[in-house]
Amino acid sequence: MTTSDPQWTPDEMMSVAASRALRDGAVCFVGIGLPSTAANLARHTHAPNLVLIYESGTLGSKPGVLPLSIGDGVLADTADAVISVPEVFNYWLQPGRIDVGFLGAAQIDRFANINTTVIGGDYRRPKVRLPGAGGAPEIAASCREVMVVVRQNPRTFVARVDFITSVGFGSGPGDRERLGLRGAGPRTVITDLGILQPDPRTCELTLTHVHPGIDIDTVRANTGWDLAVAPEVAVTEPPTPEELAVLRRLEATKGGNR
Amino acid sequence: MAQIVPLAAAVADLIHDGDTVALEGFTHLIPFAAGHEIIRQRRTDLTLVRMTPDVIFDQLIGMGCARKLVFSWGGNPGVGSLHRFRDAVEAGWPRPLELEEHSHAGMANRYVAGASGLPFAVLRGYVGTDLVAQTSTIKPITCPFTGEVLTAVPALRPDVTVIHAQRADRAGNVQLWGIVGVQKEAVLAAQRSLVTVEEVVDTLDPRPGAVVLPTWAVTAVAVVPGGAHPSYAQGYSVRDNDFYVAWDAISRDRETFLAWMRANVLEVGRDH
Repeated sequence: MTTSDPQWTPDEMMSVAASRALRDGAVCFVGIGLPSTAANLARHTHAPNLVLIYESGTLGSKPGVLPLSIGDGVLADTADAVISVPEVFNYWLQPGRIDVGFLGAAQIDRFANINTTVIGGDYRRPKVRLPGAGGAPEIAASCREVMVVVRQNPRTFVARVDFITSVGFGSGPGDRERLGLRGAGPRTVITDLGILQPDPRTCELTLTHVHPGIDIDTVRANTGWDLAVAPEVAVTEPPTPEELAVLRRLEATKGGNR
Repeated sequence: MAQIVPLAAAVADLIHDGDTVALEGFTHLIPFAAGHEIIRQRRTDLTLVRMTPDVIFDQLIGMGCARKLVFSWGGNPGVGSLHRFRDAVEAGWPRPLELEEHSHAGMANRYVAGASGLPFAVLRGYVGTDLVAQTSTIKPITCPFTGEVLTAVPALRPDVTVIHAQRADRAGNVQLWGIVGVQKEAVLAAQRSLVTVEEVVDTLDPRPGAVVLPTWAVTAVAVVPGGAHPSYAQGYSVRDNDFYVAWDAISRDRETFLAWMRANVLEVGRDH
């Protein structure tokens, strides 16, 4: 499951595709890891006015390096404002001031519900205990829209998540409205194989793009349900030399102590 | 008025077996040295509280100090899993760990309610998630003005809150800056509080965005330079990222973990 093109890795294609999905000037609540990489790539390429908010309480962070954690000092040093954690959630997220919530996932299902809590077994004695919710449930509920970046394989892309940590479209159409969730929910799921978007009628994640060198059957084989495929599946534009250069420069800043 | 006392004396005096103890910090200013002292003094049956339990909680849990964990995200920040936390939940080693699991928004509001002297907080949260069925401290509540159904979470009122800050003055006023997380709320929510600091200074000159906790709102201050290591204290130290990465291997195996704790915590008189 590699691209036939040796000039970039599937992870690089994923980060580039995710960065392109963020529009310049948007206000983005950023999760650590893959979302943070993609958001910072966007800010250093096509979206210099992207506003990054991290749940540790940094508004408008402009790091020149990739943060080592959600509370890296570089996020505070380069922020427009550093605020308390209650303020982040109560004043900024809850009232709907954030355009895009950008999340990762340990499991995601056909209705884009996300699990970061437990896999297998019982909640009290799970097979795998994951870190838990963090800020994600309210990010998924209250941001105007949600983007997810996650590597695609049958263990991660499951028909039904073992535990709903953050609600996508619940059991299908109408659920978000019934639950009173104010944001529109997941709009785009970017993986190392392609891009999935919810069907406007069924709310089911549907393959709309494959990355260069990836065929639809490969994506199907890496999805734990009978994947819906758009009538016209586009091929993602490959990473530009500039995107790759910036991404690699950012990735190179992840080591070391600071 | 806060007493300025040695760390070991403060822990002995303020933290008792069975207490509910919050050690707060959001990857910055994590009170590692105080956590190590709790382990050295063999406190047990604690209910530990933290939004983001990280490596120091992995150590406390792995050493059997905790009966219960109240939390919203438990991981090795920037690295991955907490293996001792996982072992406690998945296999009950070294003892079963009861969980009271929330989201960050819920935990933050629980501290705000505690600091405000209110019995509960209200937020838009948790709706549609499976946390509602697992956590008894998440309940629906109807707004008496609009009829809207919202979510209520009870106040957190720790017996003790422990934090690390950059500095205090000789009167025991505490100042912290950079990412200040939920520390102010956690201290004000608690019955007692212990603040470890990098240094004591004559005057707390103003810092942009600093939080000041007046001496009369703090129980004890202990001077522990480097007391947040391997996390960082903005203006004083940088994150020892190599340690966080190394912890992944140290903590995977029970015996390796115990040997590391013996050599680096139990058999060391005090931190730094």
